[in-house]
Amino acid sequence: MARIEVNHIRHSYLPNPQKDSDFALKEVHHTFEDGGAYALLGPSGCGKTTLLNIISGLLHPSHGQLLFNGRDVTKLSTQERNIAQVFQFPVIYDTMTVYDNLAFPLRNRRVPETDVDRKVRETLDMIDLTSLAKKKARGLTADQKQKISLGRGLVRSDVNAILFDEPLTVIDPHMKWVLRSQLKQLHRRFGYTMVYVTHDQTEALTFADRVVVMYDGEIVQIGTPAELFERPRHTFVGYFIGSPGMNVLPVALEGRTAKLGAQRIELPGVPKADNGAVELGIRPEYVGLGREGMAVQVSKVEDVGRHKVVRANLEGKEIAAVIGEDDEVPADPKVRFDPAGINIYADSWRVEMGA
Amino acid sequence: MDKTWNNKAWFLVLPVLVLVAFSAVIPLMTVVNYSVQDTFGNNVFFWAGTEWFEDLLHSNRFWEAMVRNLIFSFIILAIEVPLGIFIALNMPKKGWGVPVCLVLMALPLLVPWNVVGTIWQVFGRNDIGLLGYYVNALGIDYNYVQDPFDAWVTVIIMDVWHWTSLVVLLCYAGLVSIPDAFYQAAKIDGASRWAVFRYIQLPKMQRVLLIAVLLRFMDSFMIYTEPFVVTGGGPGNSTTFLSIDLVKTALGQFDLGPAAAMSLVYFLIILLLSWVFYTVMTNYDAER
Repeated sequence: MARIEVNHIRHSYLPNPQKDSDFALKEVHHTFEDGGAYALLGPSGCGKTTLLNIISGLLHPSHGQLLFNGRDVTKLSTQERNIAQVFQFPVIYDTMTVYDNLAFPLRNRRVPETDVDRKVRETLDMIDLTSLAKKKARGLTADQKQKISLGRGLVRSDVNAILFDEPLTVIDPHMKWVLRSQLKQLHRRFGYTMVYVTHDQTEALTFADRVVVMYDGEIVQIGTPAELFERPRHTFVGYFIGSPGMNVLPVALEGRTAKLGAQRIELPGVPKADNGAVELGIRPEYVGLGREGMAVQVSKVEDVGRHKVVRANLEGKEIAAVIGEDDEVPADPKVRFDPAGINIYADSWRVEMGA
Repeated sequence: MDKTWNNKAWFLVLPVLVLVAFSAVIPLMTVVNYSVQDTFGNNVFFWAGTEWFEDLLHSNRFWEAMVRNLIFSFIILAIEVPLGIFIALNMPKKGWGVPVCLVLMALPLLVPWNVVGTIWQVFGRNDIGLLGYYVNALGIDYNYVQDPFDAWVTVIIMDVWHWTSLVVLLCYAGLVSIPDAFYQAAKIDGASRWAVFRYIQLPKMQRVLLIAVLLRFMDSFMIYTEPFVVTGGGPGNSTTFLSIDLVKTALGQFDLGPAAAMSLVYFLIILLLSWVFYTVMTNYDAER
């Protein structure tokens, strides 16, 4: 197990990167604490897999340093770093049995055969493939194959970290829940440092203690699931996390009030924003729909099961509100913003509010 | 299950049947016809029964050519398959090197067979050939016209030069179809270079390798043009393979009966081997 420090790492796939946009990773500076369960969350192409591959040594960064427990490993090969990684699509060794597939990483490291046997049996049990141990791996289904890939990641107990690159993409939804909670249990039991890449917010929020949100080659916010939900640091985090995403409305500031067209919205404090484009962010969960407040025109009501999502028009801007499954939309609808859920953004970044 | 039986569909197959009849079956039947008769020209035929077949199976000349041919096939397979794999493994996977390598590899395959023969025939000559001249200049006595061993070496090197590319291209196609994730996973699992080859690359190449072996075996078992141009089957009979022997019998000596019998036996051997390979390959597919 190790503490992983990503020290001002930049990476470009081009031979001679000049502009900022040439970099797949603009600049990442972050420490993954020993024994933490992290999720790297972001849309496709935001650099999360690049970061993962840099940690495992499949890629070497253009700039910056990588430290495991304070030791510089930037130049070391994947083998020397002793990392386990599970990929998006199943990678299995066709000609071997399930058992031999799991034993492969251990045998390559000359682990004594008695230990190999013990570890492999444990892992087979964990991923529930004991009954298939003697079968050739190539005849299995996609999710059985992916379980083998997961198993190969978990079979070594001495690894510095286990990295997951969207490992559950090919797995059935039901099986996803089972495997994810197994991973979570493993983490509690053995205290592995785990980094889990995904673009699925539910997956990230349920797996990780700390979620690292990436956008366009940068880390935009690191926090607990609650922090990401309540206080998104960047409007992107607001959009990306939550369903539907945060309402972001352009406003003008006047002391403790924000002006949106003819409407005046009371803020919980005075925002420390002096320049740039100012926006007000509020999650649909904090938008109350009733007979008092700002008049809106409701355009659509979506019933999503446990609650309803109301799409409405406020001063020419689209907003969404979440109401209970049994709540009715009033005839003359008005909305109120709960001050606790209001965040102010200047140039897309969140600003603090003073008293 | 009430099926309507209707044989009119056979009419749709008729054109193909006619075509195959004229292109294959009828010529084959003439060969069968020759193989059981004797002729002295003037379209006068005498019934010979199985005489030619019996002669053939007791003829040393036939069996010697057969053994020579099998040895030849075995040697070129033993060289071309490992060499082809080795070259394919070392070819670049991306960048400008890919088209360059592919074109270089494809070149020998594009040369007409008798031109290949002529190239090596001249190349190996020790008066004007680059190879022959310099090998002799190095003090090695090399003369493919007089020395059977040198003739064999020349014919084998020529075949390796001509056909290794085929194995390379097939293996390369198998190799580039392996996703990067496999190599990455192998690195994570700490696999050695040999383990990567043994457990990732070789299994992925298995299918194309089987095809490569089949094609190379068939081709080398039927080889005619190149050795005929270079050595003409000599010196003596040392490089007389089955097809060369066949042509000598049929066209050199005009022994149509024995030649026809030999063709049929030759044909049956090829048919048998094709069937064996086909069975092996389909079983292999079913197992997957």
